[in-house]
Amino acid sequence: MNWFTNFITSSIGRKLVMSLTGLFLILFLVVHLLGNLQLLYSDEGEKFNLYALFMTTNPLIKTISYGLYAFILLHAVQGWILWRKNAAARGPQGYAVKVTRTTGTSAVAANNMGWLGTIIFVFIMIHLYQFWLQMKLGTLDMKMYDGETAADLYTAVKAAYMNLGFVVFYVISMVVIAFHLWHGFQSAFQTLGLNHRKYTPLIKAIGKIYSVVIPALFALIPLYMYFKNAGL
Amino acid sequence: MMLDGKIPAGPLTEKWTQYKSTMPLVAPNNKRNIEIIVVGTGLAGAAAAASLGELGYAVKCFTFHDSPRRAHSIAAQGGINAAKNYRNDGDSTWRLFYDTIKGGDYRAREGNVYRLAEVSASIIDQAVAQGVPFAREYGGLLENRSFGGVQVSRTFYARGQTGQQLLIGAYQSLSRQIALGSVEMYNRHEMLDVVIVDGKARGIIARNLVSGKLERFGAHAVVLATGGYGNVFYLSTNAMNCNVTAAWRAVRRGAYMANPCFTQIHPTCIPQYGDYQSKLTLMSESLRNDGRVWVPKKKEDAQAIREGRKKATDIAEADRDYFLERRYPAFGNLVPRDVASRAAKVACDEGLGVVPTGLGVFLDFASAIERYGKSKANSIGEHHADHQRIIQLGEQVVEEKYGNLFEMYEKITGENPYKMPMKIYPAVHYTMGGLWVDYNLETNVPGLFAAGECNFSDHGANRLGASALMQGLADGYFVLPYTIGTFLANDIRTPKFDTNRDEFAAAEKDVHARLDSLLGVQGTQSVESFHRRLGKIMWDYCGMSRTAEGLTKARTMIRELRESFYKDVFVPGTANEYNPELEKAHRVADFLEMGELMVVDALDRNESCGGHFREEYQTPEGEADRDDDNYAYVSAWEYKGWGEDPILHKEPLIFNDVHPSKRSYK
Amino acid sequence: MQTMKLTLKIWRQSGPNEKGRFETYPVEANEHMSFLEMLDVLNETLINERKTPVAFEHDCREGICGTCNLVINGQPHGPNGGTTTCQLHMRHFKDGDTIVIEPFRARAFPVIRDLVVDRNALDRIIQAGGYVSVNTGQAQDANAIPIEKDIASHAFDAAACISCGACIAACPNASAMLFVSAKVSHLALLPQGKVEARKRVQAMVKQMDEEGFGMCSNITACEAECPKEISVENIARMNREYLSSVIGTEVQA
Repeated sequence: MNWFTNFITSSIGRKLVMSLTGLFLILFLVVHLLGNLQLLYSDEGEKFNLYALFMTTNPLIKTISYGLYAFILLHAVQGWILWRKNAAARGPQGYAVKVTRTTGTSAVAANNMGWLGTIIFVFIMIHLYQFWLQMKLGTLDMKMYDGETAADLYTAVKAAYMNLGFVVFYVISMVVIAFHLWHGFQSAFQTLGLNHRKYTPLIKAIGKIYSVVIPALFALIPLYMYFKNAGL
Repeated sequence: MMLDGKIPAGPLTEKWTQYKSTMPLVAPNNKRNIEIIVVGTGLAGAAAAASLGELGYAVKCFTFHDSPRRAHSIAAQGGINAAKNYRNDGDSTWRLFYDTIKGGDYRAREGNVYRLAEVSASIIDQAVAQGVPFAREYGGLLENRSFGGVQVSRTFYARGQTGQQLLIGAYQSLSRQIALGSVEMYNRHEMLDVVIVDGKARGIIARNLVSGKLERFGAHAVVLATGGYGNVFYLSTNAMNCNVTAAWRAVRRGAYMANPCFTQIHPTCIPQYGDYQSKLTLMSESLRNDGRVWVPKKKEDAQAIREGRKKATDIAEADRDYFLERRYPAFGNLVPRDVASRAAKVACDEGLGVVPTGLGVFLDFASAIERYGKSKANSIGEHHADHQRIIQLGEQVVEEKYGNLFEMYEKITGENPYKMPMKIYPAVHYTMGGLWVDYNLETNVPGLFAAGECNFSDHGANRLGASALMQGLADGYFVLPYTIGTFLANDIRTPKFDTNRDEFAAAEKDVHARLDSLLGVQGTQSVESFHRRLGKIMWDYCGMSRTAEGLTKARTMIRELRESFYKDVFVPGTANEYNPELEKAHRVADFLEMGELMVVDALDRNESCGGHFREEYQTPEGEADRDDDNYAYVSAWEYKGWGEDPILHKEPLIFNDVHPSKRSYK
Repeated sequence: MQTMKLTLKIWRQSGPNEKGRFETYPVEANEHMSFLEMLDVLNETLINERKTPVAFEHDCREGICGTCNLVINGQPHGPNGGTTTCQLHMRHFKDGDTIVIEPFRARAFPVIRDLVVDRNALDRIIQAGGYVSVNTGQAQDANAIPIEKDIASHAFDAAACISCGACIAACPNASAMLFVSAKVSHLALLPQGKVEARKRVQAMVKQMDEEGFGMCSNITACEAECPKEISVENIARMNREYLSSVIGTEVQA
């Protein structure tokens, strides 16, 4: 094996992959959120549909989006490998009494990143099936805006968010993401070795704010749309 | 027979240098074919094994621990002495030599001690190069503190964990040699016999503690670095597994045991609390830099404290007896250990003890906290700080200096030593006696060497604080790697030893028989119970003060106890498995023999010197009364067989460069 | 003196390949005892009943040798922070308590007997590079290189590791990162250790991986249970050292 394969299969190399893909996904969440917030305009989806059109046709964005799919897969697969390897490292005989005390993070989150990740993965699959795949397959109605034809994703979203069960699932998924981020955000920096007595508290604080605010805003959208459509 | 210490000729200050330049050497190509066994991986053993490996010898190294880094050197707290004179306070090689000889009450060899002082500086250099994080000043240079029995600051330290850091340094060097293949490491192997071939030590029998199997190992020379025998007292500051077995097995094969009665009782240990107690915990001597030792002047106050009716802080300044400062104004609280221990015992014997058992005195930091607090307040510009603020600042300074020791005290006793004085009492800590060795660290059995606490060589009748680490590392890094060549230079044509030889088979058979006999008793009493009883006899009659009458009685008691041990001990399990009780039984069996020898030696030495205090021989002021006319010799005892009296061989101590004077710290 | 009646549930296993199980023992202790002295009392009783005593490892009993290694009620070295098992005192338990005692669990720490495990993997990691390559006698004067007091102090904090393995026992992943990073940090911080730092970190990480320890998920259970309170800062430092060594230099272990 050459140095690179050695490195990328080493424990720290594998963690680096988790950290970098994780940080990319953290950035993506912000972009995604900014786009989604356009659902809140009372314009019957014009801005949102045009935005969706732009995101699916711009060559640069398309390229980045393939990277995104790859990173999601990489993060998930690598995470799964780590999860299995770590379980194996513990050995066949577990503790009769299980206690996990932690110092700088939530024990619940840190201890269950694998499970949280699995739920998020399932969420992403459903999410993709419901919106992204429909867009790709061209099953959506088309709308005209100033000479441009755009798929009416907005209506599809609106339909989905009128289903209370789906809204609840969506909100729960955001809570799961919040937990995943609560540990993952600062963990990514720790893995990169970006630790400093002066600045680490700042990173941790930003991480905590981020992991609450971003999922909360995501969750706000279906709730808002549900209640708005229900006329409440 | 008069023993020859083989001290090289020439002026004291030149001996080692000249000897090093003229001693026989082994050429590098021959070293590869010469095997050396090192038993023990404390400071002396690990340092020796690593250094010998670096030189190119084929080393086999043994420890009964699961890792070489567990040896009890790791628990040394206070520091390590070296004649660096970094403080510009008048220190020198000569002064370190003189302090050590005087501290040992003129019962050590001049030549050895001077060499120790000479190499001390190199130890610090070596340790720093290995990455030992010694305490430093703001300028980035090394910090020092003072220890008992000296008037300079020459003790280097790494918080309260100097032994740990030095051992890790040696362990890392050893690990490097293991990785390079020059040292073969055998963990969880306990040496149970030395193999002698044609009068020379050529191997060992070791028990694999996991499988229980006996294994044979051959070599051109054997180095024992197996520590001291303080656990003969059952309760001591030694680790639970410290034992005399390796050294005692050497004695049974002809090596002489020197000055076995010289044991060090350390003045500052946490007092005993209950019968179930398994060991005593030391509080570093460095605490006496700042702590003041006292008892109440009035017996009724002491009694009130013992019964919990009064607290230390209730006793007015005028009603306190700072007995070390009163009796020894020149050195005060920093008198040597033997002197401080005895003074505490005298105070407690007078009924002034301050713990429920009556055996404890105070070690008080109140005045140091106040002094440091004031100076700190001034240094940060708070010239009008109130008392509370001063105490707060003072506690911070004390925490920086001794934080981990204070924390340890609180963990064990549940009392806060910042607010209430510590309670301390002397406890067995170190054994100056050990295998007799000459200047080359070679025992009277050719090819058998002893290093560190295992030998008797440098501390005389009392060891000064922070000198054990110095001696262990001096032996391991800077003495043995040279001197072992004097023996091995004659062995360059000797092939490796075949362990199928009769001598190995016979030794293995002996060990088998011994283990079987211990397992075969199937009596009713536990090994621990015998050990505890032996310890009590030793402490009562061969402890801090001794009398001919008591020692005679003790000898009979030990013999009876030994007899009862072989009649009624119960050792569970078998020899062919992991069996800690069997390990313990073998060790206690050897302690039962060693204990008797200590008593015999103490009985022979009709004088008081250092840690050996015979009540019959004291000055009117209660100080030790040494007898240089009749006892200026090393007692080396030869084992003569089961139940026989051992034979005394004397090595006269000749002082050319210092004049043995009455040791006064007044 | 407070006497307490306790129930102990102790893992018994007669050999590495034997099946283990929990056994229950009643024991009487008092509050002044250390935890290990309480086990001594149990063993004395078992010996008097001619039963096999419980095998557990211990030596210095003052918290520095790193030999003792029990998991007490799910926590390595018991409920108190910054404390080894041998320094844990019975006054932290109360009459009627049930105490579950298990060995350190990790694939790299096979059980030898009862509560005794094999921790040689840690030695092998040090052998892979946890040292400064200096032979006896090569050193220059100790004061030749001044070291900033704070740096020396950070190095000491890392060097305080007693190699007990509690970090591994506590880590849900059985990762040895805190142990390895403590040694990497200790030596990388000091000028004496810097020379080899880039090679050392690669070699030690490689050995750590070969021993079958898990990977760090930054859970910090190691720091929480470390009896010497060694910080996970060291893990970040090791990650940094490792990444910069592998990616930024030509060094290969």
